[in-house]
Amino acid sequence: MKNCYINGIGNVSIQSVDFDVFESEAAEIQILNKAQQPSYKDLIAPAMSRRMAKGVKMGIFAANKALFNAKMVDPQAVIVGTGLGCIEDSEKFLDAIIENDEQFLTPTAFIQSTHNTVAAQIALHLQCKAYNFTYVNGANSFESALFDAFMQLKHFNKENILIGGVDEIAPYTFSMYKMIGKVKQSGEEVNFKDPQTKGIALAEGATFFALSSNKTNNSYAEVLDVMLFNAFKDDEATEINTFLAKNNLSATDLDVVFFSVNADAHQQEFYNRINTVFNEIPQGYYQHISGSYDTASAFGLKVAAEIIQKQQLPKAVQYNNIEPNKIEKVLMINQFNNSDFSFVLLSKC
Amino acid sequence: MQKKVAITGMGIISSIGLSVEENFQSLISKKSGISNLENIQTRHASEIKVGEIKITNQELQQLLNLPEENTFTRTGLLGTYAAKKAVESAGISDINEFRTGLISSTSVAGMDFTEKHYKKYEEHPEYQKYIQSHDAGDSSNKIANYLGLKGFVTTISTACSSAANAIMLGASMIENGYLDRVIVGGTDALSKFTINGFKTLMILSDTYNTPFDNDRKGLNLGEAAAYLVLESDEIIKKGNKKVLAYVAGYGNANDAFHQTASSENGEGAYLAMKQAFEKASILPYQIDYINVHGTATPNNDLSEGRAMSRIFNNVPKFSSTKAFTGHTLAAAAAIEAVYSVLALQNNTIFPNLNFKTPMGELNIVPETEVVQTEINHVLSNSFGFGGNCSTLIFSKS
Amino acid sequence: MDALKQELKERIINALNLEDISIDDIQDNDPLFGDGLGLDSIDALELIVLLDKEYGIKLADPKQGKEIFQSVETMAQFVAANRTK
Repeated sequence: MKNCYINGIGNVSIQSVDFDVFESEAAEIQILNKAQQPSYKDLIAPAMSRRMAKGVKMGIFAANKALFNAKMVDPQAVIVGTGLGCIEDSEKFLDAIIENDEQFLTPTAFIQSTHNTVAAQIALHLQCKAYNFTYVNGANSFESALFDAFMQLKHFNKENILIGGVDEIAPYTFSMYKMIGKVKQSGEEVNFKDPQTKGIALAEGATFFALSSNKTNNSYAEVLDVMLFNAFKDDEATEINTFLAKNNLSATDLDVVFFSVNADAHQQEFYNRINTVFNEIPQGYYQHISGSYDTASAFGLKVAAEIIQKQQLPKAVQYNNIEPNKIEKVLMINQFNNSDFSFVLLSKC
Repeated sequence: MQKKVAITGMGIISSIGLSVEENFQSLISKKSGISNLENIQTRHASEIKVGEIKITNQELQQLLNLPEENTFTRTGLLGTYAAKKAVESAGISDINEFRTGLISSTSVAGMDFTEKHYKKYEEHPEYQKYIQSHDAGDSSNKIANYLGLKGFVTTISTACSSAANAIMLGASMIENGYLDRVIVGGTDALSKFTINGFKTLMILSDTYNTPFDNDRKGLNLGEAAAYLVLESDEIIKKGNKKVLAYVAGYGNANDAFHQTASSENGEGAYLAMKQAFEKASILPYQIDYINVHGTATPNNDLSEGRAMSRIFNNVPKFSSTKAFTGHTLAAAAAIEAVYSVLALQNNTIFPNLNFKTPMGELNIVPETEVVQTEINHVLSNSFGFGGNCSTLIFSKS
Repeated sequence: MDALKQELKERIINALNLEDISIDDIQDNDPLFGDGLGLDSIDALELIVLLDKEYGIKLADPKQGKEIFQSVETMAQFVAANRTK
């Protein structure tokens, strides 16, 4: 059985294009956080980019960076996870339907609104005719893509796979989320360690990875296991320990565990409960840097991979006050609203 | 590694029937489900024909015994109905008895409700509960929760090839030991959004769709949901289960040509079919029937026809069942998987309705009558926007 | 006719989001598709909507677009002859 290495990473986030988790100071999280768009001119011809959704441009940029970082040329699969797809174009098309009473509608917004647009445009851009899947499953959309790639590298005869997570902000969706308390109200504090109010701080971004069954000198980390599920069957601690035991580990073997804490006081209860398993392990978090959206966990994987490569857990991402002695085994735990759970186990390689 | 994956159950709801049996009867009696649009308010209603399921959301809720207060959209209702039927058909009593998963697919997701309530949420707070039902993942979670399933649940959305890809993922997970059984398929309801969207692409027909016909004018949209239950050899032996058919092979490739149109020589389709043959370890001549994607758009049928002519020395008997059901988008590959299994079980090829004139560019014509003939292997194609091309091969049990 | 051609050029630039192009960059007889401006089949659909929305001309068959959209010149001729707005 083959292995799964993270050999390249590319990213567009709400932080600056050259943001470095070890050096840079992260911009403070607001309730609405737009991505810092890089220049796309050199990468995408104006004839193409003029009608591209934001998510598509971010995705193509991050995908190219990941491939370049890994010196990977011909991925044998392109797999993308997204929570809402190119939601801005969905809104544009719906707005037009309502305002013009179904007349004078143009195709571009409709075409961009199909969920697999990002993966399709990446394939078009790379002229890549390989396996191309898109997962749209809320908060573990990205882990679905990761699982698929992991399984293919292990069991199929594939060596190089490009995966990514991408989501964009759209104005009406933001206001709808505020209406139902999914996003914080204006003026509320965004506190990740001791949240007092419900709701998240909405953001957007794209993070892509070049995965390979071949290790290189630049490999960041190895992905050992990926598990995703809709609900716990057993109590949480038991299931987490079962997952670790399946990988010949126990919680005390972990060097760092990352939580997808998102400043939502209601959701914090989940992390408080599972803290019993990890209260002596160094804990990390990342949504205070990336902001929160369905595929923010892709950014989390980027942070985890980087700290494994550098063997350093910067203060900026430390969630509790325990310093790791080494960083060999890292566990990522993700969920949203007590559903869409995932565990991703990483190792130094 | 397990070679073929067994299908032990099926469930379906479409404009030609509320059960597998009803769908089969419609197919063999050439009874199409295409009609005039009744349940959606749109100015385009008189300009299109659709494969509409003549059942209201109220009725679906009653059939599912859902509480009055729920947040199901029509996509979720159709999906839950079909998934429930599939699980029953597979004789499953304890859904969590083995490592069981659900891989669903959809393109409309909750848009069918979002478009009704859009911008009205402030005056009508009672609609706000549907905001969380908009995204694709929600419909899958609804199905899983209804079934009481706790395990691997995910959602694929690759436009018109979605359900084929769900079946593909499910089959690989069983083959490689990640799951013991999996419910796979897709669901899509009709919506104003898709009706208008396809209208802007000018590929909707104003009359009954005519797949593979020289004078074809475009597609009819439809709505449907269908799921298969796939199980591992081990579980089948344990439960002494009846196998309906096998998923023998599959392939997915990208045309990488254009966002909505297929390449002239059908490269993506050709590659997907080639992969499926390799996976199944069978040769093209062994295929007895092709259920083509056959949407009746000028572009698809030509591209698909060319790809078939490239890969088969003699193109086997083929038909598009979309003249019966319309193009049901994400659910298409799932309902056509059910039809492929029915073809194997009954040694029957279903007719390609409305066909009159062979396409000038090709020298192949679809079957226009119900044909009784030995069928051991069926190939089913589904091609989606974004150049997403998927092929499934089903084999007799 | 000149005013119509200028108007068409401006509307084409807006409808198709041609950010780097100005009215002066488009010659009356330049091919719009393929080599000239490099527009594609999705742009053709957008132009069909433009004809309907701004000039009240409805095209039933997208294939008619091939003739009409050869250049700004051919578009202007067609619009002048068929406009209902």
